[in-house]
Amino acid sequence: MNVLPSVIPILADVQQRFNGRIDAVRSTHPNEIYFHAQMDLVPGFSGHLYKKWNARLVSVFGDDAREKENVFHLYYVYALDAAHAFFILRVPVPPEKPEFTSLTNAIPAANWQEREIQDLFGLKLVGHPNPRRCALHDDWPEVYPLRKDFDLRTELAPFQGERHKFRTVEGEGVFQVAVGPVHAGIIEPGHFLFSVAGEPVLYLQLRLFYVHKGTEKLFESLPVTHGVRLAESISGDSSFAHATAFCHAVERAVDVEAPLRARALRTACLELERIYNHLADIGAICTDVAFVTANMHAMRLKERVLRVNEQLTGNRLLRGMACLGGVRFDWDAEQLRALADLVNELEPELNSLVELIRGSSSTRDRLETTGVLRPEVARDLGVVGIAGRASGFDHDLRRDFPHAFYDQVQFTVPVFTEGDVQRRMAIRREEIYQSFSILRQVLEKFPSGQIRAKLDEVPPDRAALGYVEGWRGEIFHWIRTAPGNRVGRCKVKDPSLQNWPALSEAILGNIVPDFPVVNKSFNLSYSGTDR
Amino acid sequence: MFEIIRKSLNTGVVTTRYPTIPAEVSSRARGRPEIDWANWKDARPATAICPTGAISHQDSDGQRVAKLDLGKCVFCGLCADVDKAIRITNKCEFATRRRDDLLTRASYNLKPDGTHERMVSGPAVGRDATGAPAEGVASAQRESSEALGEQIKERASKLLGRSLHIREVDAGSCNGCEIEIVGLTNPIYDVERFGIHFVASPRHADMLLVTGPVTRNMELALRKTYDAMPAPRLVVAVGACGCSGGIFGVNYASRGGIDAVIPVDLYIPGCPPNPHALLHGILMAMERLK
Repeated sequence: MNVLPSVIPILADVQQRFNGRIDAVRSTHPNEIYFHAQMDLVPGFSGHLYKKWNARLVSVFGDDAREKENVFHLYYVYALDAAHAFFILRVPVPPEKPEFTSLTNAIPAANWQEREIQDLFGLKLVGHPNPRRCALHDDWPEVYPLRKDFDLRTELAPFQGERHKFRTVEGEGVFQVAVGPVHAGIIEPGHFLFSVAGEPVLYLQLRLFYVHKGTEKLFESLPVTHGVRLAESISGDSSFAHATAFCHAVERAVDVEAPLRARALRTACLELERIYNHLADIGAICTDVAFVTANMHAMRLKERVLRVNEQLTGNRLLRGMACLGGVRFDWDAEQLRALADLVNELEPELNSLVELIRGSSSTRDRLETTGVLRPEVARDLGVVGIAGRASGFDHDLRRDFPHAFYDQVQFTVPVFTEGDVQRRMAIRREEIYQSFSILRQVLEKFPSGQIRAKLDEVPPDRAALGYVEGWRGEIFHWIRTAPGNRVGRCKVKDPSLQNWPALSEAILGNIVPDFPVVNKSFNLSYSGTDR
Repeated sequence: MFEIIRKSLNTGVVTTRYPTIPAEVSSRARGRPEIDWANWKDARPATAICPTGAISHQDSDGQRVAKLDLGKCVFCGLCADVDKAIRITNKCEFATRRRDDLLTRASYNLKPDGTHERMVSGPAVGRDATGAPAEGVASAQRESSEALGEQIKERASKLLGRSLHIREVDAGSCNGCEIEIVGLTNPIYDVERFGIHFVASPRHADMLLVTGPVTRNMELALRKTYDAMPAPRLVVAVGACGCSGGIFGVNYASRGGIDAVIPVDLYIPGCPPNPHALLHGILMAMERLK
């Protein structure tokens, strides 16, 4: 079997430990290994990988395979960061007995994802501590959108009734503050219910999925080339990262690798996306503690990046750039100079902005020790990306699973352990500096050659995991191909889905007026979560 | 404090003079696609590659009706890659008051091999063959940036003397439109110079700026927000999804464009529309408040 050398000892250990209980092992790529087993193996398998090999569960999802194999499949994707590989456990769920065992008590990171499977596939959760609805609001009719016999274009009557059965919080002086889904600012919709006693927040309940658009179902109805455009609309601020993750999955499914020049262009675009979002967030965090001047400077710099994006890719949000097999547009000397100029110009600007913020003691006072996400909580919830790295959870796909051009450039991954708003802002600041360095290296090493590998037809019944470290954190697209140049299933995993529950933890004990800045410091995508 | 002032002084004025000057977009930006209607030979490749159905055609009785819907277009430019009769321009301002004005149709005689010939009716009949000024788009073009800039000069006191309060509602967008709407408040575009202000409550708003598609879960919230606004009120649909449902269209979770739920006064296409396009549309809608 073709696997990475670092995987061999783990594979041997797992096979020996679960001797006879694993039905099949196959590797589709040296770093992507599938295990087929029965449901009763899931807890033991997970526990073993977690304890012995420091694995983490990065995605849990379902797939309706009733047509061919007369079962639903559940997939558990574990990242083994040190071995640079993904282990994917596949277990069947018979349609006669549509239920599955929850892992949430042992691995809280699985919480929302398991409930999403329950909602969208109609598979009942057994042993889940909180099996309420998650992806579909409470009074949705009994439909299971991701089952194959459910038609994408089904017309449902307008929603009415109850959104969510909120838990009651009782006690002397306890009252509720309900916010949303339409917020005061220009942001996405979601509902927050704070239970407060005096000023401190005792408990925060989230009601999301207001912008559920049937995206995963829609993928199944589109030709794969159109899927790239749909992926761009999963989360607007991560358009390029999501589209590239989708392309990566398709490329892996058909064993085509993007040419080196295309990978360099992808890395440049991913870093541009990181820079403009991080700049915006640094500014927005300052605004939320009333330091508006800093935000104005940050927005000015962000606008500068967006205009260069437009010059490089024809679109300010880098849309239309991604395509299967590589990228659509090559850059000429003028464009490369524009990119180099941008980096050279932004660096002193950022230095100056950082100094401006550092000089404001009242800003620092508001940000330090605010919204602390403790490292052990971050680890339990599997918090990824910038929020995880600000709480000591040191993972970055760019380093641990090098994709695009990241194996050709050098960079460090900043990590803090304090987990407060100040550190989540500092992570962004440090990452922008790293992005400057990455962009300079890309420009220096800019390889010649093609920008697109030929990729016409997608054969059916291939499965592959595409992954990209977006600016917010790790993005996964898992696809199974179907006849007719289509995907039979596309599971989209945005880092936000993993991180939202952490917000409820970070806000505890803080005052309600600090919620906007704590929320902004995570800056999670509603659309990426709800899809 | 001194540092803050010093930095501001050093930075100087960065605000654009748009709309008195044309939109500052890159020559490489992908804006409105223009079809050479009179010389178009085959609508099939573009229809097949268009991810949102913005370009489509219907054949019956030896006739083909081909259609370009800017309200669905995501400006990916894929159609121009496969069809030489289509050219992507960098024009970004084409907000319209009627949804139909975003549509252009032409009918042709269908040939046996599936291509078409001889435009029977369409935008460029009796005009030059460049096909650019399409029937519906023409009205949008009349209100292009320069023209609008002139109008504003003429009625500056009238228009700028009044303030407009906007409530933004995300009824299901991917957040792309929000990025550009927030951009309106940056020092480059600075909408406050027109007396335009984003407010926190629909009760304070004259205009509802809505991004879409309207999801099943946001429909009620959108209706309630609209109902909470005092009259007279304007509704502006933003982006391909807001105008038409975009790539999501109508499905079990999506109702489609904003006008499927509340009446819309102005459509601003784009994916997302850039701040120039948004500003152009908002200023156009303001006249309506007279």
